[in-house]
Amino acid sequence: MVQLLEDKDRIFLNLFGREDPGLDAAKQRGAWNATKDMIDMGPEWIVDQVKASGLRGRGGAGFPTGLKWSFMPKEVGARPHYLVVNADESEPGTCKDREIMRNDPHLLIEGCLVASFAMRAQACYIYIRGEYVAERIALEKAIKEAYDAKLIGQNNIHGWDFDCYVHHGAGAYICGEETALLESLEGKKGQPRLKPPFPANAGLYGCPTTVNNVESIAVAPTIIRRGAEWFAGFGRQGNTGTKVFSISGHVNKPCNIEETMSIPLKTLIETHAGGVRGGWDNLKAVIPGGSSVPCIPMDTCTDILMDFDALRDVKSGLGTAAVIVMDKSTDIIKAIARISYFYKHESCGQCTSCREGTGWMWRVLERMARGESSTDEIDKLLDVASQVEGHTICALGDAAAWPVQGLIRHFRHEIEDRINTYRAGKPVTVSQMAAE
Amino acid sequence: MSARKIALDQPESFSFSKNSEKEVKFWLNKYPEAKKASAVIPMLWIAQKQEGWVSEPAIREIADRLGMPKIRVMEVATFYTMFNLEPAGEHLIQLCGTTPCWLRGAEDLKKVCAEKIGPKGQVSADGKLSWMEVECLGACANAPMVQISNTAGDHYYEDLTAETMGRIIDDLVAGKTPKPGSQTGRSCSEAEGGSMALTDGALYDGSLAKKVNLPNTSPKKEKA
Repeated sequence: MVQLLEDKDRIFLNLFGREDPGLDAAKQRGAWNATKDMIDMGPEWIVDQVKASGLRGRGGAGFPTGLKWSFMPKEVGARPHYLVVNADESEPGTCKDREIMRNDPHLLIEGCLVASFAMRAQACYIYIRGEYVAERIALEKAIKEAYDAKLIGQNNIHGWDFDCYVHHGAGAYICGEETALLESLEGKKGQPRLKPPFPANAGLYGCPTTVNNVESIAVAPTIIRRGAEWFAGFGRQGNTGTKVFSISGHVNKPCNIEETMSIPLKTLIETHAGGVRGGWDNLKAVIPGGSSVPCIPMDTCTDILMDFDALRDVKSGLGTAAVIVMDKSTDIIKAIARISYFYKHESCGQCTSCREGTGWMWRVLERMARGESSTDEIDKLLDVASQVEGHTICALGDAAAWPVQGLIRHFRHEIEDRINTYRAGKPVTVSQMAAE
Repeated sequence: MSARKIALDQPESFSFSKNSEKEVKFWLNKYPEAKKASAVIPMLWIAQKQEGWVSEPAIREIADRLGMPKIRVMEVATFYTMFNLEPAGEHLIQLCGTTPCWLRGAEDLKKVCAEKIGPKGQVSADGKLSWMEVECLGACANAPMVQISNTAGDHYYEDLTAETMGRIIDDLVAGKTPKPGSQTGRSCSEAEGGSMALTDGALYDGSLAKKVNLPNTSPKKEKA
């Protein structure tokens, strides 16, 4: 029997928005408790706690959060330090940060203070995607409450002068990439920067900056309050903690749910999302970590654990832990073609291989979904995908290539069947020109 | 990438209204004076909320106010897809068509919009409605969904069916304000019918507000 996360061990106690998100109610739920004591312990201690908890970034890449914080300079020089919170939640399938920001905003703001102090930053920008207008207003309201209560701001009760600002985007997935986000925050097009220099050396306005996901920041105070070993007690080694999973697609009850890391996928779907539409046997494939990770077929889904390492071992990834479920009725070629369209639409246009490659892959997949292709074109598509992957400034090229690779890896037979059916009885050779 | 151009027909001038000016001031206060270009996206958004779209004179005005070359503001306005570069309907329906919504019936919603409003991107004859397909709006556990932008705000309508989508459009035409959020009545993205999680009353009875002693603080406290 799998041990499910108990209510007493949940961090986001208002994930479903049933309670008041305001300051008083948030305090009743444990926010802003002993925050001053954390600050009094000093930045090094805070970083050590986060390191010891094993927290890995919740935005997709899974980089150890404490380690990332430790990259910031230990002394503040001529340039101020900044914390930037990545609230540009745009990865298809992912909708967890939205719930944190509108329902538990004080955990995030408290996290911003604690993390900023740990990195000697006195200002923090929360970059929220432009479409989240209601969430932005909710967050502004909570920040005002925190200022009014002197929890943050100049001369606040925590003894660390700290300003927290909300900034917003205007519809560009690429701004979820940390350097594109910084460009956007500086008032430019969101086109990723070449690294190095890394943001910890030259980030926002050329100053030392750390960019963290909303969830990574929002869990930090609770981790410190309850102890690193408490958090590290969930999940497998190297994959610790609790995590908000977004479950969408062909399940009976799509939802967001906080669960323990390394929970079996099947348990997650059946316990919290009402199971797969038509029963587990009606499952075709799952995209386990947001649209950019390769899908996994049903036979893999049955006993896979939801963590970074387990999913990496099956050539997929935990990503943002956004589980997109597809039942047997799904036209998987079309489903992936639609994801390819997304990446074509969202490519910033900076690198040729991505700008041209994403459109190319999409057009070929659209034809393949209709069967208007040839079986050797599948290999050509795979070849192009591998030439986009790893040949771009940022990871959008990889993100566009992986779903295509996953499709061909697991559902090549389906593409071949589609092509053969289309070609049956047709003497005409289909043109292999991919370009419009 | 999406190639976007400004409209051919442009108004003579643009100026921020009194209310918009208040907003502009609020946003400019967030950034260091030397870095006020940071406010370009918020200011374009304020202009759009005022006029319904971003015109070329608005781009010029914002460039002047922020001390930016006009072409830089033009770049930003054309790069970010939320800026309408031509007039939209009074109610702009932005329909998410990305895979999680597609899996749950976004195509059905598209049909309803096409039938009731007309072709994608065109403003209806009475000027009240227009619709477009957009990429993932980040409400995937409440799919399929649309965002409707008008003077009342920018609201998400979630857990839609062809029927509820049709009703919402009818309500908008009739001058009513349909209730945003999940159309099945569930709270945010909680599982339909109630989640088995977060049911323990002790989480909400105030016991968590009692001052905690931080763990791992011994052997010695060090001041920062």
